[in-house]
Amino acid sequence: MYRYIIKRVLLVIPTLVGAAALVFLLMRLIPGDICVVRLGSGGGTFDERAVAACHAQLGLDRSMFVQFIDFVWGFFRGDFGISMWSGKPVVTEIAARFPISLEICILAIVVANLIAIPLGTLSALKQNSPIDLVIRTISIAGLATPSFWLGILFILAILDISQSAFGTPWMPPIDYVPLWQDPIRNLSMAIFPALTVGYRTSAVTMRMTRSAMLEVLREDYIRTARAKGLIEHIIINRHALKNALLPVVTLMGIEAAFLIGGLVVTEQVFNLNGIGRLFVQSVQNQDYTMTQALVMLVVAAFVVTNTVVDLLYAWLDPRIRYA
Amino acid sequence: MTIAAPNTRAIPVIADDSAEFHRSRLRTALNFCARQPLGTFGMVIVVIMAIAGLCADWIAPYSPTANDFAAMTEAPSWAHWLGTDQFGRDLLSRIIFGARTALIVGFSCAIVASVTGLILGVGSAYFGGRLDLYLQSVLDVVMAFPLIIMALAVVAIFGTGVHNVIVAITIPLIPRCARVVRSSALAIREVPYIDAARACGFGHARIILRHMVPNVMAPFLILLTAFVGQAILAEASLSYLGLGVQEPTPAWGLMLQGGAEEYASTAPWIAVFPGLAIALTVFGFSLFGDALRDALDPKLRDR
Repeated sequence: MYRYIIKRVLLVIPTLVGAAALVFLLMRLIPGDICVVRLGSGGGTFDERAVAACHAQLGLDRSMFVQFIDFVWGFFRGDFGISMWSGKPVVTEIAARFPISLEICILAIVVANLIAIPLGTLSALKQNSPIDLVIRTISIAGLATPSFWLGILFILAILDISQSAFGTPWMPPIDYVPLWQDPIRNLSMAIFPALTVGYRTSAVTMRMTRSAMLEVLREDYIRTARAKGLIEHIIINRHALKNALLPVVTLMGIEAAFLIGGLVVTEQVFNLNGIGRLFVQSVQNQDYTMTQALVMLVVAAFVVTNTVVDLLYAWLDPRIRYA
Repeated sequence: MTIAAPNTRAIPVIADDSAEFHRSRLRTALNFCARQPLGTFGMVIVVIMAIAGLCADWIAPYSPTANDFAAMTEAPSWAHWLGTDQFGRDLLSRIIFGARTALIVGFSCAIVASVTGLILGVGSAYFGGRLDLYLQSVLDVVMAFPLIIMALAVVAIFGTGVHNVIVAITIPLIPRCARVVRSSALAIREVPYIDAARACGFGHARIILRHMVPNVMAPFLILLTAFVGQAILAEASLSYLGLGVQEPTPAWGLMLQGGAEEYASTAPWIAVFPGLAIALTVFGFSLFGDALRDALDPKLRDR
């Protein structure tokens, strides 16, 4: 087991270094000189000295190799440089927006599993019945519905319902208040984006729960449990579901990708000042230092999640550990 | 004369064979429809969207870019079936033309990505060794980027517009195809008929194209259909964020960006219909892809 853990954790390093190299190279693929693009985008004139100062500030006057080492080293120290747009350290900008995104992520995972596991199980138990068909349609529709559109529909519904209920339209608040300061305000802000992202994420989990459950229900030990006269819900809960949820754990990696993708778009819809919005703004503003830091951060989070999932799975399923 | 005789007799036999072949194909198709009602429904949606995209110039009642300031944010009516947007443009016409943009982006990305993935995957599995190792490490690194993040990074570099969006969505899809194809191809490489082909002295190209590629067609086709939906969705997201297709090109995501939220309470149709078009199309491709998987992969048939 320890050998497996060490091997798996060590694998993270080349992936992250590779990803860093890719991000680093991509950002240098930008046609033309970043500084000229930045200074020229305002439409005004600029002199050589401004360009040189900009180069020096970004460290572009050094060799590529030194720049890359500096980039990787900075990443490990948590220093991503200065935002080219706001002039503040990238870390400060990210830290200010992190809590809201994290909260939506956590809520979305809760929402996703609350929807997915019961519906997936039900769907498997009633295989090929009308209920199964409806649940499978809900799941496929979840994958097909763009999260921004779902968010817009939520806003439409909130406006309509509040209009008819209170007479004045109500919108969820958009400034972040920590949960412990004003839980109602905090939750009323985070719950709708979480529902939007969570529904999409649940689609994947639902399908996996269904197919894993179908497989488990055909196992001999389920037949044995039935044969010895156990009550159906004990068979389902204790024997079947426990084993069926094992492969569902591996989906957390895919879910993470859905969450990140969902956040980028959903924060835009609900006008929330989180990481996803920062990302979109940094791309729009050609803030390359910010973009490269955020891409790196997301990739690191994604790689770490996948590693944790692999380890968790090995811990839960001994067959992998000893293989 | 004696030589010509068997030939004249042989021709009708071949024709009979091909008629039989076509009939059995039709039967297979009908069988598919009967077994996969959801898949057939998906296929119907896809066909409708394809017709809308291809024949947009003849079907659309108005020009997708013509402003009519006398008819701004008008509710659905006989003149404008789905209403008009904040610039007085007919929503139905924009959705029909948007289908063209969505399908161009969807199919270009899916075809380029999956064919590249097929070449890399089969090549990697066939040649093995160092090439396989290096290629897989590179693809693993690209896989570490969630699709939309990679697409945004590429847009950040090359800028917006239809062509750049196609590039931005194609790149992250390639390793996803290569990985699946490689694992199927690895299993095929060990099968005796590949050894037999080698023993016959066939070249690499012939073994790969004639013996390996046809055998990974099932996962390849399933991925291709899935990619079309994913690419349409990614394009819509990018366009919605203002980082994809740019005005005045009609695109579904872009239609939601302009004033969908602003006019949410006064003109909800601006927000509802383009999103419905995206969801329906992607839904159609997913249903069709699922049915295709069930039909092509016997292991999953009864699940």
